[in-house]
Amino acid sequence: MYHYTDFDRAFLAERNRQFRAQVERRLAGHLTEDEFRPLRLMNGLYLQLHAYMLRVAVPYGSLDPAKMRQLAMIAERWDKGYGHFTTRTNIQYNWPRLSEVPDILDALAEVGMHAIQTSGNTIRNVTSDHFAGAAVDELEDPRPVAELIRQWSTDHPEFQFLPRKFKIAVIASETDRAVMKSHDIGLRLIERAGARGYQVWVGGGMGRTPMVARLLRDFLPEADLLPYLEAVLATYNRMGRRDNKYKARIKITVHEHGLDPFREEVEAEFPARRAAFSGVDQARLAEIRARFVTPRLAERDAAPFYSARDADPVFRAWADTNVSAHRHADHGIVTISLKAHGATPGDASASQMRLVADLAERYGHGDIRVSHAQNLVLPHVALADIPAVHAALCAAGLGTANIGLASDIIACPGMDYCALATARSIPVAQGIATRLEALKIEHEVGHLQIKISGCINACGHHHVGHIGILGLDRAGVENYQITLGGDPSESTAIGTRTGPGFAYDEIVPAVERLIFAYLDLRDGPEETFLETYNRIGMAPFKSALYDKEARAHAAE
Amino acid sequence: MAREFTPKVVTANALIEGDVVYLAADDRWVRQLAQAEMLTDEADADLRLLQAQARAHEIVGAYLADVRPGESGPEPAHFREEFRRTGPSNRFHGKQADGLEHA
Repeated sequence: MYHYTDFDRAFLAERNRQFRAQVERRLAGHLTEDEFRPLRLMNGLYLQLHAYMLRVAVPYGSLDPAKMRQLAMIAERWDKGYGHFTTRTNIQYNWPRLSEVPDILDALAEVGMHAIQTSGNTIRNVTSDHFAGAAVDELEDPRPVAELIRQWSTDHPEFQFLPRKFKIAVIASETDRAVMKSHDIGLRLIERAGARGYQVWVGGGMGRTPMVARLLRDFLPEADLLPYLEAVLATYNRMGRRDNKYKARIKITVHEHGLDPFREEVEAEFPARRAAFSGVDQARLAEIRARFVTPRLAERDAAPFYSARDADPVFRAWADTNVSAHRHADHGIVTISLKAHGATPGDASASQMRLVADLAERYGHGDIRVSHAQNLVLPHVALADIPAVHAALCAAGLGTANIGLASDIIACPGMDYCALATARSIPVAQGIATRLEALKIEHEVGHLQIKISGCINACGHHHVGHIGILGLDRAGVENYQITLGGDPSESTAIGTRTGPGFAYDEIVPAVERLIFAYLDLRDGPEETFLETYNRIGMAPFKSALYDKEARAHAAE
Repeated sequence: MAREFTPKVVTANALIEGDVVYLAADDRWVRQLAQAEMLTDEADADLRLLQAQARAHEIVGAYLADVRPGESGPEPAHFREEFRRTGPSNRFHGKQADGLEHA
């Protein structure tokens, strides 16, 4: 993976020195909060409900053991012994003290990490496929391109005060594991007539006006990437609305002006942007690519994996959900669930982080990923080693066999932490997972993605959940709306609201009724929840949710 | 007839810890809602808020929160304030844990 150069280190040291001085001036009373707030937000420091929150960028979700151990150290030394992995593949600390944040940032810099542009109306952390470099179906590892975009966008002077925040994702497979079409710009690496390039998607997003991205450019030559991104960003910077925060994202710009007129503006901007690039960006990309060498994977006899799978039903259940095919046939991609039933989705303790670092070092070529689904991934593990990895994970409470199942829930921090939240989301996720575990049905239910947001901003991706749950404040009481039919994959779709919302103590039983309705209605165990919904539509699920008769039946 | 005024407390977050604080009658910032000054007069509440906002070197984001009179001081009128005075519901952290340490 990418390691910082002297330039990167000097840049970060200077930024941290500046922020330390800004904190000192705030504490000494020389800066007001109005003056200080944009400065702290530029460095990822929020003030939440009970404390400050520091959001640390994990670029395209890639970590190595040294970084992970440092994250664990920070959690123990300056926080409460854990961190929370987010849907933007970042990590958040929920309890730092303002006076200690400069020390935390220095500790992050020691391992080439920072919290820059994890807030504010800037280009945020670039996300990618958490299986990058290991996926069977990818054209090439998309992370070097993501790293190029990270370097280009970090402190880019023109894009520090955009109308609103801006999110970019890069993938290199037809299968979309990064919710690419829910981004302001989604890039997919493709090959046309022997030439590499990009499909450019624009204007996707969630929030209060969810939209699926539209195709802006069907094939962008590889060398045109950064000038084209600049043309899109500059067009948005100029045309995007600044009068209304809720209409300021690029999706609204594209929607209000129309895709074709927007594209014309971009194309008009592009030549001057293109002329300003000398080719240094492509030289830089080549240097970055040289650092992302997929580890040389030795030929290993996979027999121990298959014999463990035959002998141990617990291992078998876990391997069937948490191990994905690797492009190297005697290796596997191991997804570590941070969704133990009843635990907080995405939370990892310092000791769990250290264990993952150790396992990555011992069995995984030092490679760790954070997925947008708030899990961790060891992308390159020999199948023969996976039984040992599983045993170590189980001993640390990380052996939950539920990836892609109903308890593998995305949930935002909600009103347990977030100052913007209108309702809690974590306890709803805990309640659903605990209930599923008690019923022992989720392996029978199969692939089902439940996503929960604690406010309309949709950090919990509820719009693209097969079952989406949105927590609202209805006349001073928590109320939960359900959407069905959302799809985060390459066939991206926004879910449809079922009807009236449910009270806090009604939402878990409501989800349970949906799941039992699906089991009744599906056309055999091969048909997933989403497929059933797409085949038969809303009505039967609505009936399961709202009809008194159906509810009485379910209660029997 | 004028609408009845819902009682208020001045609340904010402490500058260094970010912890929830309330303004007491003697102008101290206190960490427990029960010790906060309950303001029953609108003009008085506005004045206390202005005084609080002037203390920007101690706190961040002062505002007036609705409360109800309770047996041992003000009680939250809204669930958001209930969480603010307690801490997160998924972990025993924040004020609920601080309270134990002090007990």
